[in-house]
Amino acid sequence: MGAIAQSLAMVSGLILLGMILFLLKESLPLLNQISPWQFLFHPHWQPLNGEYGVLALLIGSLLVTLGSVLLAVPLALASALFCNDYAPSWLANIHRRALQLLAGVPSVVFGFWGLVTLVPLINQWQPPGASLLAGSLILALMILPTIALVADSAIAQVPLNYRHTASSLGLGRWATLRGAVLPSAQSGILAGIVLGAGRAIGETMAVLMVSGNVVQIPESLFDSMRTLTANIALEMAYATDSHRGALFVSGLLLSLIITGFMTLVAIARHQEVSPHGR
Amino acid sequence: MSDRPTPTPRRLQFKPFSSLWVRLLTGAVLGGLVGCAPSNRHETLVVTGSSTVAPLAGEMGQRHESQQADVQVDVQSGGSSRGIADVRSGMADIGMISRDLTPEEQDLTTHVIAQDGITVIVHESNPITSLTDREIVGIYAGEIENWQEVGGEDAPIVVVNKADGRATLDVFLDYFRLESRQIQADIVIGDNTQGLKTVAGNPHAIGYISIGTAQAAVDHGEAILLLPINGIAPSPENVANGTFPLGRSLSLMTSDSPSESVQAFIDFAQSDAVHDLIEAQNLVPVP
Repeated sequence: MGAIAQSLAMVSGLILLGMILFLLKESLPLLNQISPWQFLFHPHWQPLNGEYGVLALLIGSLLVTLGSVLLAVPLALASALFCNDYAPSWLANIHRRALQLLAGVPSVVFGFWGLVTLVPLINQWQPPGASLLAGSLILALMILPTIALVADSAIAQVPLNYRHTASSLGLGRWATLRGAVLPSAQSGILAGIVLGAGRAIGETMAVLMVSGNVVQIPESLFDSMRTLTANIALEMAYATDSHRGALFVSGLLLSLIITGFMTLVAIARHQEVSPHGR
Repeated sequence: MSDRPTPTPRRLQFKPFSSLWVRLLTGAVLGGLVGCAPSNRHETLVVTGSSTVAPLAGEMGQRHESQQADVQVDVQSGGSSRGIADVRSGMADIGMISRDLTPEEQDLTTHVIAQDGITVIVHESNPITSLTDREIVGIYAGEIENWQEVGGEDAPIVVVNKADGRATLDVFLDYFRLESRQIQADIVIGDNTQGLKTVAGNPHAIGYISIGTAQAAVDHGEAILLLPINGIAPSPENVANGTFPLGRSLSLMTSDSPSESVQAFIDFAQSDAVHDLIEAQNLVPVP
């Protein structure tokens, strides 16, 4: 059994390596033409005119991710605390099941719901509706269960004697949570947030449907914008030569960002395991 | 504080390698091998390209399959340019295209299967019933930004445009003599469905779309209104008699020497036997 597990693990490692090599191979022709610096900071994305600057797309991706994290984190924390400290266990279980169900909804369903319900709503308030705000809201819904469930288990792992000590000092429930439980679950919660952010920045279909996809740096929450992922999905079908290369470089860039996020998760996890090893 | 238990790393170990898993895996692999055998007798025609042609080609494919049991027709949409790329690379046997070939694309052969037009659509509640060509150009170039300027209510115009590389965009730009970079879009969409839903959900939006797709959507109760182009109503009749100005051909395309079964499907798609399918999609059969 051990040998099978080992060889399967090696296969998945090799597949990952192969994908990175493929991305690099497809990216190189373009990177030989323009420098990575130009690719990152050139102000225009006009592939039909040979201008490949991903700045607006990169900022779009980062803003929509930031927006979704800001919206999802308070809700996720509230939900995790609710499950651990406020709800009776049967209700907490129902709540967890509901979150798991939410986590399992395909992204295209979120996107379609956003397109036919959320975007028209925002449009009544501030046209055109398809906007940074719509993208952030949909993504927040999608990453909420991830962050909530990870935070939930991080809080559940806080040793009971912390709570006991705190209440023997006469601290109330909220003071205990704020002063003892949340700080010691901090790294686990952070890991959940970064995990959620990683999912948000890599999400494609849902943001493609609700965020408007105009290549520009949004000046307000109600401006239309395009993410790196939506750009790849919209243009890969007809991209050729250096345009195709540019899309692969965007893919490489995204992989780098997500790898960065995952490294942060690993660091947070490590600190969780050895809180005094800093 | 030093007695804080470390979470057990055990939960990270991957150990459900019971014999059940092995059996499932082996079964899947063997099943896959066995599954390959009968597919040698069947032939699969891969058809990719224009999302405007795809629903029609899909219907034609199903009827073709019901008559030729040994041929399977696999239709995937993704835009005319994808169709061209796939036929050239051999990924697809047949491409679908909803515009004319450019001079650089003359290595391919097109087989027209239906005629279609592109028309401008607005939300059903919009009081506008027609726009001149000049007004449409003004709206898309960002010179006209409020519906009031063209006789509508006082509301900003939400301009819905197709993503670069889509055939509908090319035909639209071509007719209105616009450049892609001149267009000041508020929303950029990928495929037809997304465009329909965007305009149907936005009382101040304007978009453009295949007449066939738009008419089918209206029949299904979508809240959109089709506008005439240059005063000519966007009807299948006007597309058929050539008076509708924004007309285009929907075609299948192949490389130089199509195989026997590919040719058979193209002949079928161009025959009278599929005219009802074409008309059901509000498209116009080729005479």
